[in-house]
Amino acid sequence: MYKIVRKKELNSAVTLMEIEAPFVARKAKAGQFIIFRVDDKSERVPLTIAGYDREKGTVSIIFQKVGLSTELLGSLNEGDYIQDFVGPLGKPTDVEGKKRVCVVGGGVGCAIAYPSAKAFKEAGVETDVIVGFRNKDIVILEDEFKEACDNLYLMTDDGSYGEHGFVTVKLQQLLESGRQYDEVLAIGPIPMMKFVSKTTEPFGVKTIVSLNPIMVDGTGMCGGCRVTVGGEVKFACVDGPDFDGHKVDYAELMNRNTVYREREAEVRESHKCRMQKMAEELIK
Amino acid sequence: MANMQMTKTPMPEQDPNVRNHNFKEVTLGYTPEMAMEEAKRCLHCKKPLCVGGCPVNIQIPDFIAKVAEGDFAAAYEIITSTNALPALSGRVCPQETQCESKCVRGVKGEPVAIGRLERFVADWYRENVNAMPQKPESNGIKVAVVGSGPSGLTCASELAKKGYAVTIFEALHTAGGVLVYGIPEFRLPKAIVANEVEKLKAMGVEVMTNMVIGKVLSIDELFDEMGFKAVFVGSGAGLPMFMHIPGEELKGVCSANEYLTRINLMKAYKEESDTPILVSKAAAIVGGGNVAMDAARCAKRMGAEKVYIVYRRGEAEMPARLEEQHHAKEEGIEFMTLTNPVEILGGEDGRVNGMKCIKMELGEPDASGRRRPIPIEGSEFVLDVDTVIMSLGTSPNPLIRSTTPGLETNKKGGIIVDENEMSTRENVFAGGDAVTGAATVILAMGAGKKAAAAIDAKLQNK
Repeated sequence: MYKIVRKKELNSAVTLMEIEAPFVARKAKAGQFIIFRVDDKSERVPLTIAGYDREKGTVSIIFQKVGLSTELLGSLNEGDYIQDFVGPLGKPTDVEGKKRVCVVGGGVGCAIAYPSAKAFKEAGVETDVIVGFRNKDIVILEDEFKEACDNLYLMTDDGSYGEHGFVTVKLQQLLESGRQYDEVLAIGPIPMMKFVSKTTEPFGVKTIVSLNPIMVDGTGMCGGCRVTVGGEVKFACVDGPDFDGHKVDYAELMNRNTVYREREAEVRESHKCRMQKMAEELIK
Repeated sequence: MANMQMTKTPMPEQDPNVRNHNFKEVTLGYTPEMAMEEAKRCLHCKKPLCVGGCPVNIQIPDFIAKVAEGDFAAAYEIITSTNALPALSGRVCPQETQCESKCVRGVKGEPVAIGRLERFVADWYRENVNAMPQKPESNGIKVAVVGSGPSGLTCASELAKKGYAVTIFEALHTAGGVLVYGIPEFRLPKAIVANEVEKLKAMGVEVMTNMVIGKVLSIDELFDEMGFKAVFVGSGAGLPMFMHIPGEELKGVCSANEYLTRINLMKAYKEESDTPILVSKAAAIVGGGNVAMDAARCAKRMGAEKVYIVYRRGEAEMPARLEEQHHAKEEGIEFMTLTNPVEILGGEDGRVNGMKCIKMELGEPDASGRRRPIPIEGSEFVLDVDTVIMSLGTSPNPLIRSTTPGLETNKKGGIIVDENEMSTRENVFAGGDAVTGAATVILAMGAGKKAAAAIDAKLQNK
């Protein structure tokens, strides 16, 4: 069992949790992920590591309540325990041998972009960060990002905060202004990663994206997370989750991520009953 | 007086048309009367060949003699003195190629039902006695076991008996390896696996789940930081293969490992499980091994009206156990042999809506000694399916070999070991599928047992 030692609502839909998991904390690196399971009946869900404290033996995760399992996790509080928490899984972000990079984060993907930006900065790499949100209300980690980069560009789709426009608008501007990057790292919704890659392609800038396919075990034994990169089949859980953004088949990834959509909607309905039941039992 | 009946005492089973709608165990096991009757068929050969056919050398005639007398507790003691997991091996061993293949009663008629008797004894003990084993006196020497599948559980059990302080590291959240994620409940109830793990814990074995060795700890760290004196690697062969044909990326295509893990480990067949599973009207399972049979029978139980086994060779060449093929057919699985997929077809919604196959014929034997299947030109046809489950085999996971310097592997990724299961790294032993590639539960158990003896010999300088 793994204890939730801290819980913080970052905005109405996004939650940060710090979980006691000393073995994971010992080895965790930016770009890697964990798999959690709330209780005996729950599914295994991957989440990127948002931070870690090796001395305290804790690992932070940031998640958006988008469905059954994240809602179930979000319903727990400090001092509660979750059944399983395994990691660190996947390959860490490669921070070696770069002079200047741009980290691009979209929405809750910023939670994943943050530790990578921090890792670049700590490795002595000059780091620009572009983060994008739909509107002012869902902005997260602004202060943290300021600490973890040289230049922060904050964008909102509706212009309610920071600069108006998508992250790609800013990225295009920077590249056109002649700014040189050894690498652009994009983390966020699939369309956003696709368009970031399209933006960098004409400039010939190496672009890495962090993919988020459906996973079960996360250790390479099922191939549920397989993606096509440069015409080759890769397992995101062991070969990734970071891949060359110019070579990823995004349409395929988007299609495969919807395979259980109907079932998920169904389960969410029936799950409400389960939450209700749990609540009633607690009142008793 | 021996029972000279030519055939095995039949074992009751659930009716095929009932069982193909539930996940309860198919075979129901012997009653004490049936077991005693079958036990009397054993002739107690002076030189029992059956024992040599068993990879863990159970003293078969001795335990059967006790069954015939009705002393089931004594029979259990005899079996468990050489085999740690009889309830499992009695169910999933291919006895027809092992102990029972050597039985003299099999020369004329059917061999003694050794597997069924072993299973009976183990089940009887669990239901009537279920005493947890005593914790042996500790010698204080720490040994790590990587993986909690059949080889790891056996190795841990043997070492614990000798007094070693054993810790099992398991990557998944439940111990058992293929016994919990691969083999379905209807062939091996998970409560039985859990009971075996509880017995290990009673013997002082520590089981740490959610520990992916190679990620959270390396083999080097197990020695240097954690103080283990030897490591047994029983990490299996869990990496699934795909065909790399067009359409394999469509929604509705998955590996048998994924399909079975969702069903068996994550219990997706139960209403209350949160893990989703493909809902199929018609499913094709590509492959002809035991895993293909398991996946097909699961698909049927999950409500598929049509389930096809698509296999490129003939039925005679199928690697699956005859008993499993037979069970599958009884349950309404259709066998399409000498057939190979060439493309998976999808609709605009990105879902599978058919599979283009080609008919095959058998040519000359290939390197494996089996006749090579050759496509018959112009024989393509489309099979009407909405789910395709690839069951083409698995290979050893690269995680441990890629993080352990000096650990040599062969070109198929199997860890290279000597005749004592010792790898090329000092005090690192390995066994089971991690060495051989996908094989059987009992061979893995045999390897675990042998490695335990070798570890003991090495650490005690015997």
